[in-house]
Amino acid sequence: MKETREETRKEEKEREQSPHIPAMTLEIRHLKTQFFTAKGVVPAVDDVTIEIPRGKIIGVVGESGCGKSMTAMSVMQLVNRRGKIVDGSIRLEGRELLGLSAKEMRGIRGNDIAMIFQEPMTALNPVYTVGRQVREAILLHKNVSKAEAKERVLEIFRKVGIPEPEKRYNAYPHQLSGGLRQRVMIGMAMVCEPKLLIADEPTTALDVTIEAQILQLMKRLRDEHGTSILLITHNMGVVAEVCDYVYVMYAGQVMEEAETFELFQNTAHPYTQGLLRSIPQLNHGTERLYSIKGVVPNLLYLPKGCSFCTRCEYADARCQEERPNSYALGEEHRAKCFRCERGGSSSE
Amino acid sequence: MTKRKDEKEGNEVLKNIGKRILVSIPVLIGVVFLIFVMLRIVPGDPVANMMKEHVKPDVMERMREEMGLNQPLIVQFFKYVAGALHGDFGTSYKLGRPVGALILNAFPKTVKLACCAALVAWLIGIPAGILAAIRQNTILDRLFMGTALLGVSMPVFWTALLFQYVFSYYLGWLPVSGYETWAHMVLPSIVLGWSSAGTIARLTRSNLLEIMQEDFIRTARAKGMRESAVILFHALKNALLPVITMMAIQVASLLSGAVITESVFSIPGVGRLAVDAISNRDMPLLQGTVLFTTVLIIIGNLVADILYSFIDPRIRTEE
Repeated sequence: MKETREETRKEEKEREQSPHIPAMTLEIRHLKTQFFTAKGVVPAVDDVTIEIPRGKIIGVVGESGCGKSMTAMSVMQLVNRRGKIVDGSIRLEGRELLGLSAKEMRGIRGNDIAMIFQEPMTALNPVYTVGRQVREAILLHKNVSKAEAKERVLEIFRKVGIPEPEKRYNAYPHQLSGGLRQRVMIGMAMVCEPKLLIADEPTTALDVTIEAQILQLMKRLRDEHGTSILLITHNMGVVAEVCDYVYVMYAGQVMEEAETFELFQNTAHPYTQGLLRSIPQLNHGTERLYSIKGVVPNLLYLPKGCSFCTRCEYADARCQEERPNSYALGEEHRAKCFRCERGGSSSE
Repeated sequence: MTKRKDEKEGNEVLKNIGKRILVSIPVLIGVVFLIFVMLRIVPGDPVANMMKEHVKPDVMERMREEMGLNQPLIVQFFKYVAGALHGDFGTSYKLGRPVGALILNAFPKTVKLACCAALVAWLIGIPAGILAAIRQNTILDRLFMGTALLGVSMPVFWTALLFQYVFSYYLGWLPVSGYETWAHMVLPSIVLGWSSAGTIARLTRSNLLEIMQEDFIRTARAKGMRESAVILFHALKNALLPVITMMAIQVASLLSGAVITESVFSIPGVGRLAVDAISNRDMPLLQGTVLFTTVLIIIGNLVADILYSFIDPRIRTEE
């Protein structure tokens, strides 16, 4: 870990000398977040490497408990008390975030990296008006007066498509619909013009029509401000609609990563194939919906070999004994499966 | 637009309060009836209690007639209610003075004690609950919660005697009993406040711990807020909602007289009045104090509801 950080510091200095904005907004390298429970150590995020280029929407998909949200919380350094980032590096525009003081990190949260969550109902405080809650984000990071902050809130409300912003400013969360609340959350996240927006299942709790609107809004904000977006979802449809590049996570690891079109076209990993086959399709008259057999393994008792071997229809003896590396299948495609070994060249 | 809406909200609140007051009328009548009947079916004759043993039976009979005790129960009841509606709550058998005046005379002493006790309870209970929650599962938490448990579980008469022994008799710091000066108020307030403080501390702690798990706390942290600000601005207001309801009811019950504390410390408040009324079979006085308590509790609940609706916007604007 130390080595990685020292390397990072060196690179950091080099970057500081070049004035232009780096092409890479966020680089997560070999991140390991573990939870220390009474039963043992849970590897919630296990050697995850994710790159988020400037102005791109990067998707992270996987089932519940695969570590996608934990990766996001690790970036924010808001992992709860039992959890700890034990190794790796997280760099924001070249600046290493791991090892920053609590105060420095607070200056980044909400300002450089903002986050929106799945449940817009519970993510807003019920006893304060939404305007006040958004204004708070500005007052925390920008040196402006309250009146000026309010102006900015109204401006961002208009931008995220909240009708009658002056009226909504004084509304309480329970007076707004789910879609409006999520727009408020997005407004709150975007109001300080962050470099990176992390959206953790932003549309899961919403209707399909509202989902489409919210996704369009995020795309538009990306285009207007050049904000990079890390979109966490379990919905392959959402991925296909907005993401430029996708990481597929399973049991705390990245199983496959590819440019979106490539991922859907040349799906390599059996797990990704399973995910795609689980999407109901209207043109096939199948009676039963496909589902990946078995359940997500308990992270405390992961198999010795490939984490997916217990549910994989192609698994053989080697899969149970040995962990596959991440094999490159092309310029923008890698998969962690022995089936891809001959097709690509191993790394790591 | 907003202003009109606020007005609408205000009317809504007033309508709710009106509804609540109307609902409490049957409660009041029910309580009066129960107390009235109960006092008359329990053994013990108030007239015999007032008279000396050698008084002749015909004198006692005349006395009963004079006091209206020989009339049917239902007639007595309606007479009492009719009187009460005119502000006449009867005359104390033992003290010979109007019940209303007696209670009003005792009330200020009870108010003084209740306010001091409530202050002790809040100033200790709320901060202790917050600290215990923030330092969950540490020695501090255990210490506070242990003390709170002691406060809740130790009977008041026992704590009172213990405190009197230690602080008045043994250390000689404070007067044993009485109500004249503020120094007299210290021991009874602490004795009375401690158990309320314990309840408040435990409720504050558990609520705060629950609220700290909420999603909006995570949102506040993700904004880059300091942890102390997260707790003070975002968690506390939510966590204190149920605590406020409890505090209002506690104050109401404190105001209706701390029966045991007032007796142990010889404070002639409403609680003392009730105890004396019981031991003297002084039915009008006892009825009066119970009625007084009932009214206070009803008002306490009402105040809690109103406060609640001011703090929690979800209740204020409910259709």
